[in-house]
Amino acid sequence: MSADLTCKELVELVTDYLEGALSGEDAARFEHHLSLCPGCTTYVEQFRETIRLTGTLREDDLEPAARDALLAQFRRWKSGSA
Amino acid sequence: MTAVQDESTLVAALRAGDEAAFAALLDAYGGPMRRLALSFVRNAAVADEVVQEAWLGVLRGIERFEGRSSLRTWLFTILANTARTRAQREARSVPFSSLDDEAAGGDSPTVDPSRFLNPRFPGGWTTFPEPWDVPEERLLARETRARIEAAIAELPPAQRAVISLRDVEGWPAEEVCNVLGVSESNQRVLLHRARAKVRAALERYLAPEPQ
Repeated sequence: MSADLTCKELVELVTDYLEGALSGEDAARFEHHLSLCPGCTTYVEQFRETIRLTGTLREDDLEPAARDALLAQFRRWKSGSA
Repeated sequence: MTAVQDESTLVAALRAGDEAAFAALLDAYGGPMRRLALSFVRNAAVADEVVQEAWLGVLRGIERFEGRSSLRTWLFTILANTARTRAQREARSVPFSSLDDEAAGGDSPTVDPSRFLNPRFPGGWTTFPEPWDVPEERLLARETRARIEAAIAELPPAQRAVISLRDVEGWPAEEVCNVLGVSESNQRVLLHRARAKVRAALERYLAPEPQ
């Protein structure tokens, strides 16, 4: 087994870990470090929280004026003038 | 995002000039397309023009759509290409040659190195990050969301595009790579850098250092 991860190294691997992009050995080192380190545990929790909160920004709706403009463009396209 | 259920029916309706089909597509993807446009061009009015131009490209190209990708992937690829072309033309936009160039800067640390000067453990936290001990109402409050929006707005274009599609819209990695034309590993680098900056902005807001 290669050397233990430092905190400084671990914080750069969080997305790779969450995406399942680490090798089995690297993922085990990551988890081993977390099991011993409250600081990195907090960091990873905050990373997950950041992802969750970023997801709350989602808005599907266009502003009515923008939607109307696009529908008008569609009608021009349909009538062959755009 | 509303699932657009039956793509071939929808594509046929669009080709036939069915306005209801077009409106359904707008309601499913109009908002997210505008957000992606804003990753490349910062000016809201220019982003609106990009979105219009992209939709026109979609309508003019719908005859040629063969369903090799999903309709969503196709729409957003047209949007991303339109936005990129426009960004290069805009004198005042941030210049960039390719999304991969931005990922290439991925070796610099995403957390200030001065936080890892622990005298007993090399590379260990000097002081642990302060937990965000705040109630859910505050996390979901308008002000918190405004901080996240502001942090995303400050990101370089490629990071902004990736975090918008992955974490705001919740898309899978593979589709984001296809739409933006980046490799999986570069996509992860861009996403990680973007998330780290948003986390840091939330930390400054939710757990400010004691004065």
